[in-house]
Amino acid sequence: MELYITELSKYFITLFISLYTLECFLVFRHQDEERRSGCYIRQNLLMFLVHFSCFLVICFETGKVEYLLFYVLQQILLFATIVLFRMIYPKGNRLIINNMCMLLSIGFVVLSRLSFERAIKQFFIVTVSIIMGMLIPYFIHKLKFLKSLTWVYAALGAAALGIVLILGSVTYGSKISYSIAGITFQPSEFVKVIFVFFLASALYESHDFLRVVLTAILAGIHVLILVASRDLGSALIFFIVYVFMVFIATGNWLYLLIGGAGGCGAAVLAYQVFSHVQVRVQAWQDPFSCIDDAGYQITQSLFAISSGGWFGLGLFRGTPDSIPLVEADFVFSAVAEELGIAFSMCTILICISCFIMFMNIAMRLKDKFYQLIAFGLGVTYIFQVFLTIGGGTKFIPMTGVTLPFISYGGSSVLSTLVMFFIIEGLYIIRQEEGAKRVKKKKRRRRTEYEERREEQEAEEEE
Amino acid sequence: MKSAGKNKKRKKKNSQILAVTYLFVALFLAMMGYTCHYAITHQQELINNSYNGRQELLIAQNMRGSIYAAGGQVLAETQVDEDGNEVRVYPYDNLFAHVVGYASNGKFGIEAESNYYLINSNAKLADKVANDLAGEKYPGDSVYTTLDVDVQKVAYQSLGVYKGAIIVSEPATGRIIAMVSKPDFNPNEIEVIWDELIEDSESTVLLNRVTQGLYPPGSTFKIVTALEYIRENPDTYNNYTYQCSGRFTTGADVINCYHGMAHGGEGFSKSFAKSCNASFANIGMKLDRRRFGNTLDSLLFNQKLNVNFSYNKSKLIIDENTSDSEIIQAAIGQGTTQITPLHLNMITCAIANHGVLMKPYLVDCVKNIDGNIIKQYNPDTYKRLMSEEEAATLNGLMQEVVISGTGTKLSGLSYTAAGKTGSAEYSSVKTDSHAWFTGFAPAENPEVCVTIIIEGAGSGGDYAVPIAKRIFDEYFGL
Repeated sequence: MELYITELSKYFITLFISLYTLECFLVFRHQDEERRSGCYIRQNLLMFLVHFSCFLVICFETGKVEYLLFYVLQQILLFATIVLFRMIYPKGNRLIINNMCMLLSIGFVVLSRLSFERAIKQFFIVTVSIIMGMLIPYFIHKLKFLKSLTWVYAALGAAALGIVLILGSVTYGSKISYSIAGITFQPSEFVKVIFVFFLASALYESHDFLRVVLTAILAGIHVLILVASRDLGSALIFFIVYVFMVFIATGNWLYLLIGGAGGCGAAVLAYQVFSHVQVRVQAWQDPFSCIDDAGYQITQSLFAISSGGWFGLGLFRGTPDSIPLVEADFVFSAVAEELGIAFSMCTILICISCFIMFMNIAMRLKDKFYQLIAFGLGVTYIFQVFLTIGGGTKFIPMTGVTLPFISYGGSSVLSTLVMFFIIEGLYIIRQEEGAKRVKKKKRRRRTEYEERREEQEAEEEE
Repeated sequence: MKSAGKNKKRKKKNSQILAVTYLFVALFLAMMGYTCHYAITHQQELINNSYNGRQELLIAQNMRGSIYAAGGQVLAETQVDEDGNEVRVYPYDNLFAHVVGYASNGKFGIEAESNYYLINSNAKLADKVANDLAGEKYPGDSVYTTLDVDVQKVAYQSLGVYKGAIIVSEPATGRIIAMVSKPDFNPNEIEVIWDELIEDSESTVLLNRVTQGLYPPGSTFKIVTALEYIRENPDTYNNYTYQCSGRFTTGADVINCYHGMAHGGEGFSKSFAKSCNASFANIGMKLDRRRFGNTLDSLLFNQKLNVNFSYNKSKLIIDENTSDSEIIQAAIGQGTTQITPLHLNMITCAIANHGVLMKPYLVDCVKNIDGNIIKQYNPDTYKRLMSEEEAATLNGLMQEVVISGTGTKLSGLSYTAAGKTGSAEYSSVKTDSHAWFTGFAPAENPEVCVTIIIEGAGSGGDYAVPIAKRIFDEYFGL
């Protein structure tokens, strides 16, 4: 009986997530939220099915009632998030909220499987974060002075990173976190958001050469502090976000080119100067030659990814715990092993769907400041996803960043939630811009029509 | 006007954002493609890695599958004794020692190469449920090999007490039907004898000489030298003549014929049939060394082989820097040249199969407990090693060896055989030589290809050719 459920559920779970993912992209067929409504409702049903089937398997495999209770709590949280958001922000974007909840529920499933204790902790953090996050769209919408805090953002970001460098505790050779009152923070996660605000406010009005240089210096300070903290993954994210935001702000391809060349130069330099960069590159090129030390993590990750096949080994049927740091940097490998390659690919596609929606919103925003923020946060998000999944699958060297929403880590999940809710705020702003434009257009069309009629009448008279 | 300009600017901006979107989507698609491809194609290789704990998971869950011969005989199976311990049993003891290998102590042979299938179970879900209820392990999938028990027996017995190796294969498909390496061991006792074998660093008992043994090819290499000469002189090679006095001298280097025999006046075909060293040293001197190097490349020397079992690379480098003294040694298969019996068999198979080498393989298919095929290995073209005309010419030369040369012990039979003998000197003591034979039958439409080496036995014509005859006879059911 158990075996039937666990074996068959593999295929059902894959089917449900595939259909969900399909809806993620079908949404883009329609321009307005009204017509997308059907997609969203189907998505909500499918995400419930995925979440439910996964926990059904977990309950059968472990035989523990705690998991059932925990599942109910999660279901209440996710349901409440979707319903409350719709009530508070009827003009909000539901794809982003749905995807957020879907990714969070995947995270809950994987974390419950890896460590019940940590999953509970994560659940608590997510609950608090969502409650706080619900306010963000309102503030983004109302607080107009956000545009003028340019130098405050820069100072705040650099200071937060600097404090970690000086006072932070060392984890796995990197100084990335510090503790206040027993709660450990990883400030680089939040500075990412602040950094995007800094660049947007610095570049939205003027983007002459001087301004670009000035922002380059400040961005450089951020990156250098991170390099000194040995947090190379974050340093890379900041750098990429800077280059792309300058490109979009100035509209000049040359900056992209210079940025790309500079990045390559910096990478070569880092390789030559830092031994830990060399170790990572070596572990990427041939992990099996150094399987005992530098290559251990990545080879264990590859074992996990390759062991599940398309449909996975089934929850609790594999050994994802053999990968060091699996719940943070290598959570994707755990997903691939037990839920299957197909499921993990769907997870990636859901992330891409979020990114496309972010870019879509950026393109439609008329206000340049908001446009830059939507764009910058989108790039931050997708590049982080790229770094963590690419690193875990040996596509690129490992950098040690988390998979947003799915990895264990309070700072990571909170900052990503903040990003998503900011984007919601921007979407609402765009809706209002759009509403104004439609009115204007209507007015203009009417005047044109009247003019033409008058002309026609004049002609007829002649 | 003003609003139009603004609109244009907006459009440009949007196209740039769109470009960035496409860039990232492309990057992700590449990454997804890479990940899927890597995960699916490396599944077997990675599960066999000793650092991968998942193998233990499968072993705990499934009962190791059996290995069968082509005729259905059990070559290896797991039995459960009275105490509930699993024991791997090899009913033929030493007979298939190297080719089937062993499942413990690091694994070897088919046990290692097909480990992935043996430890996986594709039994029906309902049966697995029944197993669960009975508290049993799931039955692992079984491996069906291409090996023929009768041919293997003849090859094994023919080698007697000698060290050496024999491989029998079908040139048209690449199926390996026998593979013997001696000295051997009893895989049923592997755990008991393991420490002794490992401690003795001189011992080569565990080595599969067919695929891993590197030998001087001796006169069998004249096949390659002859091919190169034909390639360089496609129209005139038959006009070749040489007056053999039993030795060939260039500078300070001397090449002697076997036992110093003077072959007298001879053409190309007779030089090959009689295996005249002096004449082939003379041919070697005439060859373009750069082109010779290319021919060696085309015949898979110094290269990794695309086969599913462990092997060693054959070694011989000839290029512009090769000296006269080296080339005359290389031309007759002496000097630094090293070849595995497997590789020589592959070259012979290509000659037999009109120039096309089929990929050699040992496993025919994998079936689940119900006999449904999980994985089928089909004959697969490895590569064309030579043109059809070249293969036909070499086939003719090798037939002549049997008719009037060093392989006459194979003549006058109900089938026509073709081949090349060799007596490879391997030490400074001139009398010691490895006896080689590589050949096929029937010559006009080859069905089976045999390569034999007997270490330190003497001449190939006297010791290896009779074994070839016994194997051919067995294969053709005579």
